[in-house]
Amino acid sequence: MTGRDPSTGGVATIMRDASLVLAKDLRLEWRSRVIVSQVLPFAVLVLVLFAFALDPDRRILNEATPGLFWLAVLFSTLLALQRAFGVEAADGVTDALRLSGLDPAGIFLGKAAGIAVHLLALQVVLGLGVTVFYGSTPRGPVLLVCTCLAATAGLAAVGSLYGVLSAGMRVRDTLLPLLMLPVVAPVLIAATEAFAAAYDRASGEGWRWFGLLAVFALLYLAIGIFAFEPLLEES
Amino acid sequence: MEPVVSFRGAVCLLGRFPALAGVDLDVGAGEIVLLQGPNGAGKTTVLRACAGLVPVVDGDARVLGVDLRTDRRAVRRRVGLLGHASGLYEDLTVADNVRFWARAGRARAADADAAMARLGLDGRLAHVAVARLSAGQRRRTSLAVMVARRPELWLLDEPHAALDQDGRNLVDSLMADAVAAGATVIFASHELDRAVAIAHRTVTIAGGTVPAGPVLAGPVLAGPVLAGPAPTRSVPAGPAPTRSVLAGTVPAGPVPTGGTEPFAGPADHSDGADVTDDRGPTERTEAVPVDRS
Repeated sequence: MTGRDPSTGGVATIMRDASLVLAKDLRLEWRSRVIVSQVLPFAVLVLVLFAFALDPDRRILNEATPGLFWLAVLFSTLLALQRAFGVEAADGVTDALRLSGLDPAGIFLGKAAGIAVHLLALQVVLGLGVTVFYGSTPRGPVLLVCTCLAATAGLAAVGSLYGVLSAGMRVRDTLLPLLMLPVVAPVLIAATEAFAAAYDRASGEGWRWFGLLAVFALLYLAIGIFAFEPLLEES
Repeated sequence: MEPVVSFRGAVCLLGRFPALAGVDLDVGAGEIVLLQGPNGAGKTTVLRACAGLVPVVDGDARVLGVDLRTDRRAVRRRVGLLGHASGLYEDLTVADNVRFWARAGRARAADADAAMARLGLDGRLAHVAVARLSAGQRRRTSLAVMVARRPELWLLDEPHAALDQDGRNLVDSLMADAVAAGATVIFASHELDRAVAIAHRTVTIAGGTVPAGPVLAGPVLAGPVLAGPAPTRSVPAGPAPTRSVLAGTVPAGPVPTGGTEPFAGPADHSDGADVTDDRGPTERTEAVPVDRS
């Protein structure tokens, strides 16, 4: 009964646990289709409503595409996070996670990776959306993709931290946006600026903003690796 | 041999409320111990404390050699807890759940499949989402997770709840098999007829929010338990709020001041001066009173 692998905390263990949690979250989405059937339509709806609000004037929409795109991503991220951590708070799953033997850093990275995969899929659809609805076409695809990756990593890392923090609370649905939106304001600003450059409307400043996004993502990934365990305990 | 569970004056708070207010408990390796007591007595808290989920804020508490006061997280991967909640992902199938939790606990896929077969969850049921299962089937799935993970200490909170007759028999045989394989089982149950039959001994918990008066008048705590030796440690020197809340629960009638001696384990059954009967391992009762001095 005692011949189990007691190893915890090593990089290999963390990566193994992260991949296990990621696979589980992708399987959860495959079984439930919540992101595809609810979050994705919501994101597209936001794009359409922005178009209504700003008048169907292609010029204005074209100018505002980067900001509207990332606002839609941000709002959708909140829904994706509530789903991602709602399932972890339901029916004793949080206790099961604590008892599971999974490394908390692995859980954090797995959850963040799962959220990131969902957000990237969302951004692909939204990218097509702004092209169709707003008539915007990117001219710097490399910067565009790098910006998406860095901003997504940052959003996923911050979201996982605040998601687990609010997961055990009855008011988590309303608390999460309040906690998270101020923190990710730099992501919104930097990603919008980098996107504007990628859409060729803000000179060559785009890579600097990408650098800021990368630093932000790395910072919060590092914080999450160390802070997730106490946050999981408190949730 | 060191007991699997050793509590001395263990105090656990839920918020500011002392869910456990000085529990003494010893469980030896290979024992099946029944926790009994009224609702709110602290049975679930004892199980959760043993699992390292509830912090022990005062007293001494060791489980599987791990000091819960200093590192309660270290014991978690070695115990299995079946609580009131299922601990399952509703949108995943039975097989998804059992395999995920088994792999999380470093068990093999074959262990997960064998556990599902043992619990009657192979075949069609394995591919049904947990959200579509009955309460009894969910219970079986949670048990399958535990079987697959092969913990050293099984902590079962009302394990027979929601199960049909076959399921209840299965739970009993799982406990027996776990002990035969070297594990230890502590379970809480209100189904005393069935539970006493499978348990090696019974521990009665009285304390927490339960008014002590009526319980003290009952046959379980009367006599030998209350007449036991003086406690080896007095009321835990917990934080001020603990004491004040404790004071609020002291009954008007006679108050037990004695602690209980631990059981040494299933082998010799020389269980200390507080248990004076000799009815055998399946019939004896040990009380874990609250020290209210």
